[in-house]
Amino acid sequence: MAHLSDIVVAGLILVGSFFLLVGSLGLATLPDLMRRLHAPTKATTLGIGALLIASTVHFTVATGTPSLHEVLITLFLFITAPVSAHMLAKAHILRHPDLQARLPVPDNSGWATVTPPPEDACEPR
Amino acid sequence: MRHLLPHPLLSVVVAFVWIGLANSLSAGNLLLGAGLGVLIPLYTRRYWPGRVTIKRPLRVLEYFAIVAWDILVSNVQVAGLILFRSGPKLRSVFVSVPLELRTPEAIAVLTGTITLTPGTVSADLSADGRAVLVHCLDAADPDAVVRTIKSRYERRLKDIFE
Repeated sequence: MAHLSDIVVAGLILVGSFFLLVGSLGLATLPDLMRRLHAPTKATTLGIGALLIASTVHFTVATGTPSLHEVLITLFLFITAPVSAHMLAKAHILRHPDLQARLPVPDNSGWATVTPPPEDACEPR
Repeated sequence: MRHLLPHPLLSVVVAFVWIGLANSLSAGNLLLGAGLGVLIPLYTRRYWPGRVTIKRPLRVLEYFAIVAWDILVSNVQVAGLILFRSGPKLRSVFVSVPLELRTPEAIAVLTGTITLTPGTVSADLSADGRAVLVHCLDAADPDAVVRTIKSRYERRLKDIFE
């Protein structure tokens, strides 16, 4: 049994490391900020996810009690990664007027980063 | 009851997170988790003016499964793009996705999902909250991306939240 879990853990670590490497590579080599954002939000979340699952399997087998820390870390990571990416994208849009001019325009409104909210925006439900 | 537990769902989540962090099911931890589950929602009540309602709890599991699968697929796709197609050959484009969702929680979940799934990052919301700006890493057909987001995620979230 120990052998089987070792193989699973080793495989997960390899997969995780591969995606982390590709994510870092993308962050370094993609041509502009918006495209670079794609690498850390996806490739690295799966990389970290695989490493954390490996950690769960290893410690569950080693100690005999289920290890749940990692599930929470994964969950927090998947919740926070899109939020930071969203804020980076907004900052990028705010600082580049030429980009603002090229964005598609939503119906009857503008994008929140450059347009003030309408009067009734904070209406309580 | 309403005064003691303004957000029952949040209370349950806080209690589960505490038990998970402590990583033990001892009586003391259960009690502490339950205590925090009551106190934290009470203390942060003013930041949660609305109340999250989940109409169909079983659909949440279905949604998680679909998103988990898509995260897996998107990672492989993006890794492939980075390794083999990187540079000016990528057809990157911004698209505007009109929203039918109205509850803030549902829109937050949708934008997070968009960022975690194949080749798309949510970049901004419209000022009136009725459209989301999405950046596609490599889209041959931007309209197809909009259709996928609406049919695959938004429709399901509408079932769950509204």
